[in-house]
Amino acid sequence: MTHATLEASMAADRVRMKDGPPAGSREARALDVTWDDPPGLLGWFCAINHKTIAKRFIVTTLGFFAAGGLIAAVMRMQLSRPENTLVGPDMYNQLFTMHGTTMMFLFAVPVMQAVAIYLVPLMVGSRTVAFPRMNAFAYWIFLFGGLMLYAAFFVNSGPDAGWFAYVPLAGPDYSPGKRVDFWAQMITFTELSGLIEAIVIIATVFKMRAPGMTLNRMPLLVWSNLVTSFMVLFAMPAVMLASTALILDRLVGTHFYNPAEGGDPLLWQHLFWFFGHPEVYLIFIPGLGFLSSVIPTFSRRPIYGYTAMVLSLVATGFLAFGLWVHHMFATNLPELGKAFFTAMSMLIAIPSALQIFCWIATMWTGRLNLKTPMLFVLAFFFILVLGGLTGLMLGAVPLDLQVHDTYFVVAHLHYVLIGGAVFPLFGAFYYWYPKIKGRMMGEALGKASFWLMFIGFNAAFFPMHWLGLHGMPRRVYTYQAGMGWDGMNLLSTLGAFTFAAGVFLSLVNAVASARRGAVAGADPWGAGTLEWSIASPPPPCNFHAIPTVHGRDPLWQPAPGGAPARVSGLAVNVREVLVTSVIDALPDHRMTSPNPSPWPFLTALATTVLFIGSIFTPWAVVWAAIPATIATILWFWPKHKDNSEDLALEKAP
Amino acid sequence: MTTAATPASRSDATLDVSGLPSFRFSHHSPMWWGTLGMIAIEGTVFALAIASYFYLRMHSNTWPMFALPPDLFWGTLNTAVMLGSLVPNQLAKSASERLDLPAVRLWLSVALVFAFLFLGVRVMEFASLNVRWDSNAYGSIVWTLLGLHTTHLITDTIDTTVLDVLFFTGPLDGRRFVDVSENCFYWYFVVGSWLPIYLVIYWGARPWPS
Repeated sequence: MTHATLEASMAADRVRMKDGPPAGSREARALDVTWDDPPGLLGWFCAINHKTIAKRFIVTTLGFFAAGGLIAAVMRMQLSRPENTLVGPDMYNQLFTMHGTTMMFLFAVPVMQAVAIYLVPLMVGSRTVAFPRMNAFAYWIFLFGGLMLYAAFFVNSGPDAGWFAYVPLAGPDYSPGKRVDFWAQMITFTELSGLIEAIVIIATVFKMRAPGMTLNRMPLLVWSNLVTSFMVLFAMPAVMLASTALILDRLVGTHFYNPAEGGDPLLWQHLFWFFGHPEVYLIFIPGLGFLSSVIPTFSRRPIYGYTAMVLSLVATGFLAFGLWVHHMFATNLPELGKAFFTAMSMLIAIPSALQIFCWIATMWTGRLNLKTPMLFVLAFFFILVLGGLTGLMLGAVPLDLQVHDTYFVVAHLHYVLIGGAVFPLFGAFYYWYPKIKGRMMGEALGKASFWLMFIGFNAAFFPMHWLGLHGMPRRVYTYQAGMGWDGMNLLSTLGAFTFAAGVFLSLVNAVASARRGAVAGADPWGAGTLEWSIASPPPPCNFHAIPTVHGRDPLWQPAPGGAPARVSGLAVNVREVLVTSVIDALPDHRMTSPNPSPWPFLTALATTVLFIGSIFTPWAVVWAAIPATIATILWFWPKHKDNSEDLALEKAP
Repeated sequence: MTTAATPASRSDATLDVSGLPSFRFSHHSPMWWGTLGMIAIEGTVFALAIASYFYLRMHSNTWPMFALPPDLFWGTLNTAVMLGSLVPNQLAKSASERLDLPAVRLWLSVALVFAFLFLGVRVMEFASLNVRWDSNAYGSIVWTLLGLHTTHLITDTIDTTVLDVLFFTGPLDGRRFVDVSENCFYWYFVVGSWLPIYLVIYWGARPWPS
């Protein structure tokens, strides 16, 4: 039956046809048609399926990861020997600013949210996310914001004041021109995307879980994304306020950071690090969620200490907001405050240690299966322990003052961020790739990639501890011969290229496996969470029949005798979803989900015009707000077709 | 959790949800959670902006810097207007939750009149701040606080206008009543967030009793 004939037969049944048996039935095929993205070029811009948006998001963030990595490679080449002239100081300033900005704002947090947008609905048993059009909108503004930054870079207007953009260096006096303006607006833009995604994830987790998936049965990855999303709500507004004040200082002459007129540069640092330290945990906590998915599967047993793990995630989220001043120990702050933030920096090690204990207990009491995803996870333990130890060192005021602004800090932050996020993320890619593509990634290439990345990473960043302790400052474009830094810098550069080769091998593996990998099947690893109960790749509607959940690992704990195994009674030719209660996931009401629309894309376009225009004149905010408002209204305004569907299904409470 | 009305074997047992309502209000609705998320974000921005105000004040020898405190009249009048707007706002919310179309039309329209009124008074507030945004850090932060809140007033007014027009023109269904309820919920935030901002802008710039 073609789509056209199926649609014609569906039209006859209208909303009377309800979801039914999952395997190849007429209802199942109708569901696929209903939930699929529209075809053609226009359909491409109208797509709102969460998997489509998430895949675009993941590819885009990986593209930025590659760009940030290429920039890092140029920097390492420049530093590979003393008094090198590959790039000059001006270009080097742009390079390290672009590298940090790209990795923090265009890769690390967005890729975690992108993966969440793909996996969370599948893991909680939902057909979609809570606000699919907002989800699409968030992707488009993220893309446009990132492209705006790179467009500026390619026309030699790349930001050059560091990814932290400390004032007064980033202020109008020391950074004339438009470089920092592009940076500031890109920050506001991409953080807007992050905030929207956080709301989408929170509402999806709270209201779209399959019946029976109480909060106490939610997968730990979903918990980690929930905690992360709440952190986003309270952390990212700080950097948006800070960057808005910065551009106001630069564009309309306000004085937030100008001490000559009552402003204070330290206000920037407080606002920036109130965001910036939680930012590290926004990257790290989803990584913990990946570990809690991969370890039970490859240990072949449920996670040890589920409740302790959840409480540790929540505690980490809370404590992350009490650390920001440890980035400011070298400033003139009261000693009592520094002591408090030292104590908090030590305290956060406790929940992390508790989780590590639970993972080790899970592996210890299980039967370990050392596939590629598990190797990346094991690397986390080695790298993060080192990064965590240097973190404790930097959390102490005397040592922090000693190594402040040296390569020791660069080594620490890369150990934490790459060990805490990138290695778990690569493990996650190898783990969920079969679900996304329907084929397995090559195991031999995977292991080769892992070892190159692991050896290369340690060769690149471990010497930086030594360099820092021997006084090499960070953010310098070159150094003189005879300082004793030559050998370690060369080793670091060779390590960086080895690491890059490992990443490239994984890319080759992914591309080759998409066509030639072994067919995966629904559950190739024998995992226990809901996403493995459906076909690989998942159908457009995710679940032809929404499952009911009877345990923490639904595939390992099927419905007991007589209990319902699935939901029935939702329309198949209208995007109808089940909404459940927050704590117990009891069925609450049915709700129609929005249809595909071009308006999220067009609204994002109008918003981009507003933001880019505002770099040049404040009046752009006024004039470009008009098309943005019109686009938003048209986005919201109900179509008669959608309205008639809603009315046909309507049942008042 | 209830099972399907008809007895079934283990493999066929389903949880039939066809009898559930197609929309619900308040925390039952995902839209309520989305609105709460927006309130959390914007509330954090306001809180941080207020904290910035006091941070700058703490580091200044004089406050306000080389300016008179804002005139109290227009700001206090606007506070009264905003508090007054809570009455039609609540009546519109209650009407939407009763699915009472004529009452929603009436009270949403009345609330809209209030919205335009306090936007008009807001213009006078800016004129009575007694300082420019580019005069000094004090001027920058009070203009920003007032500007941030005004942005919320404008967006909520546009939102309310669109909903009001929709309720007169259609097409309508039950979920649009949920939209009205959530719009009123957000209105509470816009008014509620104004009270600390009002106190900071208008009374934070006046001498405190020693």
